[in-house]
Amino acid sequence: MKINRRRFLLSSALVGGGVLIGYTATRPSRHRRANTEIAGSGESFVTSLIKIEADNTVTIYVPHSEMGQGVHTSLSMMAADELDADWERVNIEQAPAIDLFANGDLVTGFAGELGAPSFLAPLISVSAVKIAELANLQTTGGSSSVRFTGEHSMRYAGAAARDLLVQCAAARWAVPAAECTTALSFVHHNATGRSLSYGELAAEAAMLEPTNEPVLKTREQYNIMGKAISRNDIPAKVNGTAPYGIDAQPEGMLYAAIRFAPVFGTKLISVDAGDVLSRRGIKRIVQLEDSVAVVADSYWRAKEALKSVDAVFEELGNENVSSASIYEQFDASLAVDDSDEDREIGDTQAAFDSAADVIEANYRVPYLAHAAMEPMNCTVHLKDGRADIWTSTQDALGIKSRIASILGIDAENATFHHSYVGGGFGRRLPFNWNVIDHAALIAKEFDVPVKTVLSREDDLQQDYYRPAVASNFKAAFDSSGLVRGWHNRFTGPVQTPGAAHIPYAIDNQSIRVVDGTTHIPIAAWRSVDHSQQTFFTESFIDEIAHRAGKNPYQFRLDLLSEHPRHRRVLETAAEAAGYGRNLPEGHALGIAVQESFGSVVAEIAEVSMDANMRPVVHKVTCAIDCGFAVNPDTAASQIESGIIFGLTAAMYGEITIEGGRVAQNNFPDYEMVRMATSPEIDVHILESDNTLGGFGEPATPPIAAAVTNAIYILTGQRVRELPIKNHDFGKPSLAKA
Amino acid sequence: MANFKVNGEDKTLDIEPDMPLLWALRDELGMTGTKFGCGIAACGACTVHINGVAVRSCVTPVSAIEGQEVTTIEGLATAAVGSNPSNPALTAVQQAWIDHQVPQCGYCQSGMIMAVSSLLAQNPNPSDAEIDSSITNVCRCGTYPRVRRAIRSLATA
Ligand code: FES
Ligand code: FES
Repeated sequence: MKINRRRFLLSSALVGGGVLIGYTATRPSRHRRANTEIAGSGESFVTSLIKIEADNTVTIYVPHSEMGQGVHTSLSMMAADELDADWERVNIEQAPAIDLFANGDLVTGFAGELGAPSFLAPLISVSAVKIAELANLQTTGGSSSVRFTGEHSMRYAGAAARDLLVQCAAARWAVPAAECTTALSFVHHNATGRSLSYGELAAEAAMLEPTNEPVLKTREQYNIMGKAISRNDIPAKVNGTAPYGIDAQPEGMLYAAIRFAPVFGTKLISVDAGDVLSRRGIKRIVQLEDSVAVVADSYWRAKEALKSVDAVFEELGNENVSSASIYEQFDASLAVDDSDEDREIGDTQAAFDSAADVIEANYRVPYLAHAAMEPMNCTVHLKDGRADIWTSTQDALGIKSRIASILGIDAENATFHHSYVGGGFGRRLPFNWNVIDHAALIAKEFDVPVKTVLSREDDLQQDYYRPAVASNFKAAFDSSGLVRGWHNRFTGPVQTPGAAHIPYAIDNQSIRVVDGTTHIPIAAWRSVDHSQQTFFTESFIDEIAHRAGKNPYQFRLDLLSEHPRHRRVLETAAEAAGYGRNLPEGHALGIAVQESFGSVVAEIAEVSMDANMRPVVHKVTCAIDCGFAVNPDTAASQIESGIIFGLTAAMYGEITIEGGRVAQNNFPDYEMVRMATSPEIDVHILESDNTLGGFGEPATPPIAAAVTNAIYILTGQRVRELPIKNHDFGKPSLAKA
Repeated sequence: MANFKVNGEDKTLDIEPDMPLLWALRDELGMTGTKFGCGIAACGACTVHINGVAVRSCVTPVSAIEGQEVTTIEGLATAAVGSNPSNPALTAVQQAWIDHQVPQCGYCQSGMIMAVSSLLAQNPNPSDAEIDSSITNVCRCGTYPRVRRAIRSLATA
């Protein structure tokens, strides 16, 4: 009966989402039918995602991947709180990836209702898309799972289940439902002192139809949400038992090591495998359109043998592209200024025509790799028209249907085996298909499981990168020294609309995007466009402040009168960081603020220059207005993580292009913040009446400018190109703050 | 033939002498708690103990550990018996990792815990500078502040 139960879970999961948008056509019958089909074992599914057993254990099924963002726990907290469940008796399960429903209308409706993240756009325009894919896409928007699934599915599922349990208890006692209360997985009728456990009511409740519009709790009614609750995924992550995709080891498995066309977009021409096939454990050489793989009985043997395989790839002209030529291309594009509007306010031309003073600055940032700790990998077993799939992904259902179509089987005949994800950051989102496609194509040649694993070198060199961006700024000041015009031209594409917009009250703004297309594949990278754009805008506003002779903190506040959330986080961070008070000799504070993914974040970096004139980041003080933090400790760890991720990019991160391909090989040339370079981080989470903001991404954008703004105070040098490691700060010279 | 002990058990493997211990553990012995991150000793994800000392297994050929004692994350608690009387299934380091909610994606944490366990065994009260110089593992999720907090809690305990 296992299969039936699993089918039910997903169907009800999707119904949970469907209820919200009024998609009810298939909901009730499936719900009841599924309970009937599951042989009575003291278990009842009361509403979507929630199973209650006779012994009063509640199991919550979470339709999202756990990548370390604590989403299994946070989402379960949301359902459990609305259910009034006893958290001590709540189990958390990963909902299986089964695309029971295929309904393009539902996808469109869902996305429309909730505001689709931009990476969904390609899917929404595809008519025959599977709803299952959407459920996963939600999973993976990093900062969106709690905001979307949590707010719109988990809480509704919990509240609707509670409602049914109360109805059942009221009917048994023949009292009005309104007289019943719930707490810790019991329904009580206080007037008569009677109680029933959820477990005693569940089977009956499961026969009823859940309401479309259960009453949700208000914040002051929360019992579980808002508490720092230990994550359920952590125990398995301290003793080596937590399974990741790369740990799959189905019986009889082979291993593939793969070499890709080094220049993106070129094809394999020929292969000379020498004596490789005669070596121990080597099974086959598989040639694919853009790559060659060695398949062996051990990954190490495959990887070693691959070194002896010669492969010739096409040359289509991009082998002449370099980082320098890309920046030249960007500069040319900016000079022509054949731009598309991003935002136009007032009359910027007039502001510049009548300006008493104009400043101009050019900024740029390089490509960046995701470099999740778990190298990209995927295991596929195709046999007798059925497939099993193991991979760490931000999109289980999308991957499943993608692989099924490559294998030429129905997605129904593919089983996805969930695991923890060893870092995503956008790399494991849908549409970043390399590795997944390759693993499927390789496995198609065998009837035993084949695990394809990228080396770290290939993981860095065959990524979909954060785009390199160049940006040209001008500011116009009037004769009284007030800033009257903001001009920004930057290279696209725009992945996150609005990331280049500024909150500052400058009357005339012209923000436009020019073409920045290259042959380098790009994708979302933690916080997407915000990471580049915030470095640009928060640096240039700092330049403006200094030029105006103003304190950069006060200057920002003065221009943010319409943005109380920005002011509040700035003031909180400044207070906590000791802004304006005495700092240790040779230290300076740099500030930046940005709104992204529904949260507003201010960061203040305390920086000094060491004896070699290299910057040392001592401390980062962060204040975030996120509306509400479902699990504050998880939120804090996500913020710490986001800051360090952004700091790595600011200090060290660069993927450079030489000969059309990525020049970096492994961690030594793609350096990261480590213990020794990791600052103290002080996080202040501010709640507000605003809807829930994200945590996974919004802390990444401000850090680069916070650090470089401090460096300016310390050295008088304005860092306009990242990473900071490439700058020579020469001899100390103190600029006026 | 390669002969060595893993978590107290004798292992004999018919593998090439230059096969790195990492792959012997993962692919030959099916012990996946030890992780592959870079393969060139640059990240620490593959850290195990050889005779109690942290070693990066991705660059340690099995020929170099003939007859020696390997401890992996799976065997850490058994090897360090008595380190955490309240829960023998976990070492004090592992317990601190839970108490301080250190792991995020968790992928680096086997190696991180092995490296820290080795440090604390040799130097129970490391200074910040000693922590910085001996714990050089990469954590892409940026759990460093919590790693430091967890180490501090153990050092002052
Ligand atoms: S995998 Fe061994 S140090 Fe990175
Ligand atoms: S917890 Fe994810 S890499 Fe360290």
